[in-house]
Amino acid sequence: MNDYIIKVENLVKRFGQLVAVDNISFTVAPGEIFGFLGPNGAGKTTTINILCTLSKPTSGQATVNGFDVVRQQMQVRQSIGLVFQDPSLDERLSGLQNLHFHALAYHVPASVREQRIEQVLRMMELWDKRHSGVRTYSGGMKRRLELARGLLHYPKVLFLDEPTLGLDPQTRNRIWEYILELRQREGTTIFLTTHYLDEANKADRIAIIDYGKLVAMDTPDRLKKIVGKDIISVKTDDDEKAAEELRLRYQIEARRDNNGLTFEVASGEKFLPIFIKEFGIKILSVSLRSPSLDDVFLKLTGREIREEETSDAFKAMVRQHGRRLRR
Amino acid sequence: MNNLRGVYTIWYRDILRFWRDKMRLIGSIFLPLLFLFVFGSGLSGMMGNLGPGVNFAQFMFPGIIGMTVFMGSFMAGVSVVWDREFGFLKEVLVAPISRASVAVGKTLGAATVALIQGMIILLFAPLIGVSLSAQTVLALLPLMLLLAFSMGSFGVLLATRIRTIEAFQAVMQILMFPMIFLSGVFFPLQGVPTWMSILTKINPATYGVAPIRQVILGASPDSPFSITLLGHTMSLWNNVTVLAVFGAVMILAAMRSFSTQE
Repeated sequence: MNDYIIKVENLVKRFGQLVAVDNISFTVAPGEIFGFLGPNGAGKTTTINILCTLSKPTSGQATVNGFDVVRQQMQVRQSIGLVFQDPSLDERLSGLQNLHFHALAYHVPASVREQRIEQVLRMMELWDKRHSGVRTYSGGMKRRLELARGLLHYPKVLFLDEPTLGLDPQTRNRIWEYILELRQREGTTIFLTTHYLDEANKADRIAIIDYGKLVAMDTPDRLKKIVGKDIISVKTDDDEKAAEELRLRYQIEARRDNNGLTFEVASGEKFLPIFIKEFGIKILSVSLRSPSLDDVFLKLTGREIREEETSDAFKAMVRQHGRRLRR
Repeated sequence: MNNLRGVYTIWYRDILRFWRDKMRLIGSIFLPLLFLFVFGSGLSGMMGNLGPGVNFAQFMFPGIIGMTVFMGSFMAGVSVVWDREFGFLKEVLVAPISRASVAVGKTLGAATVALIQGMIILLFAPLIGVSLSAQTVLALLPLMLLLAFSMGSFGVLLATRIRTIEAFQAVMQILMFPMIFLSGVFFPLQGVPTWMSILTKINPATYGVAPIRQVILGASPDSPFSITLLGHTMSLWNNVTVLAVFGAVMILAAMRSFSTQE
């Protein structure tokens, strides 16, 4: 038995001039939740597409469940389940019919087919709606149906490409409950891409990817230690003067943005009372927090992931809407 | 064995969709019936007989059968474009089914659906004054199936190269309707202008409509409706051979084209 279920070595994918995936290597252990974190266009989906045989690498190698993703496509496909970023259901069929199709396609034995379909539908709480057309489902129900489908053939690895993109917080939490339950029960390996930071926190290990390159890979806790310090944000009457004073009095370089000033200190609890007492410029608000994955990302790449979230949700909405109009 | 199973899986989904979507069935036979009864009945009186004992509606009936089968299978084949647009194609492409099996399954699904549509039109024969014996119907079914299979695989082949809904609509307008109009559905192809005659002869649909008409209205070589190719009057088997060769080329090309999809 190998100690990895996914192995990627020196993987490269070029689209013309663009290097979407730039020489990345990693392994994923069986039963692990492995998160790929990075902004849009970082190469997350391209990597997943290669691992699930939808796209061929320009160079490098990858195996899933011991099978080569280029030479043993059928075996790889049989080993994996997928929940895509965009819906991939047949909206004209019922939920049940979508699962029947999937069971046939993945050779789920006829003797256990009905029982398994019922099991996954009940787990995703879709059993009562099984005969309804998928086009009458809400966004969250569709995503749950896709998860049910992805689990139907007991895959060794479940790929989740932005599994909760554009969903409301309750639905996101529910879907995560299911994912964690599944890992518990079946020992399924979960390979996840996301740019939601709270989601990445649930992973056992995270690989941070930016411009096609792996910039860091570790557990969420250890990644946060890269930043190491506590983070303080303040709003003042005059941010420019305040930054100047921070520099002179404490030798701290603060970052300025629309929300005020942000800077790091070794021990926030001790620093803050002194700071508030001594500071010469009027403080409007102040907050102290421990480092998040966003801070890690910022530290490693100089940019924030978060900025793109709203525009993504908007894009997802427009896409849904556009589809309905065109129909 | 695995390939057969894959073909069956893809075919099964098309059949499921067909049963679920009764409106689509009504929509698909409405246009042919409209042509048959409005044009057929309207023009029959004015035009008199086009051949011995054959009025315009009776002439058009085999053509309408061909048109129904052609449109049904071609559009179902091209519907792969919609699967791509709505994302379902990804589910298919990532399943452990070979791409060649997907192409064949899709073609067979399209052909089955089109065959059922054509058979429904056949039921209207008595209203047009066309009498069909059981033997005639049995002879028609394989011809309809061959036409459906050929045009279904042609549709699937096109769909593998079409990326947008706009291109899909253009293909419908620029390819499907001219192919129907220039296949002898609505008028005999003897005595049309030379440019049109050339187009009808390079149109594969012509060789799908002609044998259906030969079976229903008789296949005598001096029939006013027979097709001549390079001075040779095409027998029923000649027509079937041309169509079968076209269908074989199309399905092989579709299987190949599907295999290179990313």
